[in-house]
Amino acid sequence: MFTDVGLNHYLVVSGILFGLGLFALISRKNAILILMGIELILNACNINLIAFARYKANPIDGQVMAIFVIILAVCEAAIALAIIINIYKNFSTVDVDEVNTLRE
Amino acid sequence: MELIFKLSILILLLPLLSFVILIFFGKRIPRKGDWLANFLLFLNLALSFVVLALFLGEKKPLSFEFNWFTIGSFNISAGILIDSVSAIMLVVVNIVSSFVHLFSVKYMENDAKYSIYFAYLGLFTFSMLGIVLTNTILLMYVFWELVGLSSYLLIGFWYENKPPQEAAKKAFIVNRIGDVGFLTGIMILFFTLQTFNFSEIFNGVASGQLSGAWLTAAGILLFCGAVGKSAQFPLHVWLPDAMEGPTPVSALIHAATMVAAGVYMVSRIFIMLSADALTVIAYVGAVTAFISASIALTQNDIKRVLAYSTISQLGYMIMALGVGAMSYAMFHLVTHAFFKACLFLAAGSVIIGLHHVQDIREMGGLKKKMPLTYWTFLIATLALSGIPFTSGFLSKDSILSATMAFYHINGGVHIIIPVIAFLVAGMTAFYMFRLVIKTFLGEPRNTHAYEHCKESPVVMTLPLIVLSVLSFFAFYSLNPLDASGGWILSVMKTPESLLKGTQGLFSHIIEKIEYDEIVHHFHYTAMIISLIMAGTGILIAYLFYYWKKVNVGALVSRFKPVYNFLYNKWYFDELYGFAVVGLTLAVSRISKWFDNNIIDGIVNGSAYLTKKISGISGSFDKYFIDGLVNFCGFFVGAFGFIFKKFQTGKIQTYLTFLIIGIILLYLIFRTF
Amino acid sequence: MMLENYVFYLFALVTIVSAFIVVFSKNIVHSAVALFFTLFSVSGFYVLLRADFIALTQILVYIGGILVLIIFGIMLTNKVTGAELKTRNLHFIPSVVVTGIITGMIIFLLLSTDWNPVKDPFSPNSTIKQIGFKLLGDYLLPFEIASVILLVALIGSAMYARKK
Repeated sequence: MFTDVGLNHYLVVSGILFGLGLFALISRKNAILILMGIELILNACNINLIAFARYKANPIDGQVMAIFVIILAVCEAAIALAIIINIYKNFSTVDVDEVNTLRE
Repeated sequence: MELIFKLSILILLLPLLSFVILIFFGKRIPRKGDWLANFLLFLNLALSFVVLALFLGEKKPLSFEFNWFTIGSFNISAGILIDSVSAIMLVVVNIVSSFVHLFSVKYMENDAKYSIYFAYLGLFTFSMLGIVLTNTILLMYVFWELVGLSSYLLIGFWYENKPPQEAAKKAFIVNRIGDVGFLTGIMILFFTLQTFNFSEIFNGVASGQLSGAWLTAAGILLFCGAVGKSAQFPLHVWLPDAMEGPTPVSALIHAATMVAAGVYMVSRIFIMLSADALTVIAYVGAVTAFISASIALTQNDIKRVLAYSTISQLGYMIMALGVGAMSYAMFHLVTHAFFKACLFLAAGSVIIGLHHVQDIREMGGLKKKMPLTYWTFLIATLALSGIPFTSGFLSKDSILSATMAFYHINGGVHIIIPVIAFLVAGMTAFYMFRLVIKTFLGEPRNTHAYEHCKESPVVMTLPLIVLSVLSFFAFYSLNPLDASGGWILSVMKTPESLLKGTQGLFSHIIEKIEYDEIVHHFHYTAMIISLIMAGTGILIAYLFYYWKKVNVGALVSRFKPVYNFLYNKWYFDELYGFAVVGLTLAVSRISKWFDNNIIDGIVNGSAYLTKKISGISGSFDKYFIDGLVNFCGFFVGAFGFIFKKFQTGKIQTYLTFLIIGIILLYLIFRTF
Repeated sequence: MMLENYVFYLFALVTIVSAFIVVFSKNIVHSAVALFFTLFSVSGFYVLLRADFIALTQILVYIGGILVLIIFGIMLTNKVTGAELKTRNLHFIPSVVVTGIITGMIIFLLLSTDWNPVKDPFSPNSTIKQIGFKLLGDYLLPFEIASVILLVALIGSAMYARKK
């Protein structure tokens, strides 16, 4: 049952992680949870990058890409939280369904 | 890179610099930065003279280009082309623009958005210089749209009021209509010749890669852009409304920037236009010239009369291009730029003097109060009417002789073109002198406004003086009766058409040299007839309005229908309001009905159906196999739930559908 | 090699279980705490994949930075009473179905493709030096752009979140 850990194992884990993140993204109403879902997706992506980097030719390029992904994740988290706090100030909620001034 | 290109790029970028500085820091600079804009523009003027001098030293077209970007295997280049036309246009644009800047210092003083106004002027000048300098049609299109944008900003500068808003929108939208044609023309050129570069396009046309009906179509479509920008019939309606903008802006739009762009563009592509396209162009120009001149006869707003006269003169230029006299068209563009800018700025000076009175029925007798404005206005009027010893006489006369030559070569119904041209010459003289007499001569009709009126300060009169001096013949040709020996026409020659055989302009009948001789042959005939027409026009104007020998009121009431028809501008606005706007409304009403009844019907019907099915499933559930049908009902319910929420406006729902779409795509396209 | 396998399965278990808690927990604070475990065990994967620098970065940036930010966000945007911390789900069943299908599809595709991996991958002692050379060599421009983006994000978030 327990075969030697290889590329496919990592890919499966990252696939599950991606699915969970996607679920949070499309079903949760709390803006912060949506943000967490995005972080999960980015992590899944990073696992993929590094796993491929290790099991294919050049390990370093993939890792550099992962660093850039992390950088973008940081920016995104900072700005998203700033926006969420701003929304909270204006609407007293972070429920994405309630924040619909533009829609109506 | 040679000096001349460095200078050209500098000329292009200085107005942009003025725009950038003023838009961001305008309010923090002393005097809100007007000195900076003026300094940069006058520096630009000096530089453009240097470029012209350098060009005259070389006497051959110079171009410089670099690779801008690459898409696939297409290299899109950008660059600068300096030939006689663009070198002269540089000077013209910069002269008019810099004096408009100077004039605006006083005219716009105390305006809340003073610095933004100068920033916009800089942007406008930058975009026009871009059109003049570029050597690819793609970049020309980019700058073309920039001109459209900056004209929108300037016409709607006083957007707090309703009319400027409407006028700006109208100008923008009407221009877009023409630009659709322009863009389509560019696409035809690109798909057949795979290049945007003018010289490569011309090579392709000369080698016959693009010919026949496609070439004519491309020419006419590109001309559509000029129809919009240069306010030709049937898209001329935006220009009179553009008078809602500040008067110096009108001067800039009408003289050197926006409307000139269309004529300039057609002259750039002139050598690849087929005979059919040129005939269309000639008739559009002639019709425009006639319609707008006839409207100008009856208008009472000083700026509107000038606006219609601009359209009429642009019609002249377009007509000249159509009859094959490109150099005369550009010559008229140059001379017209100076005297029309002078007329507009003088009108601005009158408007400021009378505290924003624009109706000429309220004016009169201003000659005593504003002598400088009067004399400059009169000189420009003489130039516009085509009186000897003025620049307008030289250029107009050249165009008239070219129209006669056109008739002589082609014969038949083409006699319409010279007839219209001469008629319009007479009408121009009439309405311009009507304007002069009603504004400056006679007795003041509004004594209150007259009392408070005084001559404008020197920053306003100096541009007037310079521009009116530029309306004399000596700057263009030393012979006051014939421009063909003058420096400007000997530098700026009509190039030979690229097209061989029956497609081209002259080649199916005569050679170019012979054509020039025919034009020259008609020179004196045209001169005499045009003088008679202009003299008659002026005489009638004096009879009507100065000596009052003819009762104008009685004449008007006798020809009431005609007068109303002209006074209401041939009902073009109403026609468009009915045809275009009404049609759009009708179409949207039909769409609304379709939406309400059919689409909603489908949605409601399917919702109803879904409801029915789930109802049936529910009864199944009650009476038959519970467990299985339970799931069915649930599934249908869930489906209906999603279906109902199809347009929720929630991003998460859309994301869900997006993922469903990915799944479906996978199922459709999977390879195993 | 056996030990490495066990460690992998341990991390995989922790990752997936805690990620489940992140996503399905009714209490957002629980989600945040579970996210800590997820991120930590993901960094464990990086170690297993011989990406030591990335693993450290993951701990520093994600756990030390982003997670703290998220907890701050939770604290600032929830009244700290039990009822308010609960969050609701949006159309739960369809989301589960859709996500399940797409996840299954992705995993199926990942497994059914022959990636042709290197059988015995090279295991360097440390990657930091090489990453450093790459970042300041081939990837210099993206690196500089990333730094500008960070600056922009800094200014932008400060501007958004400040008092008007």
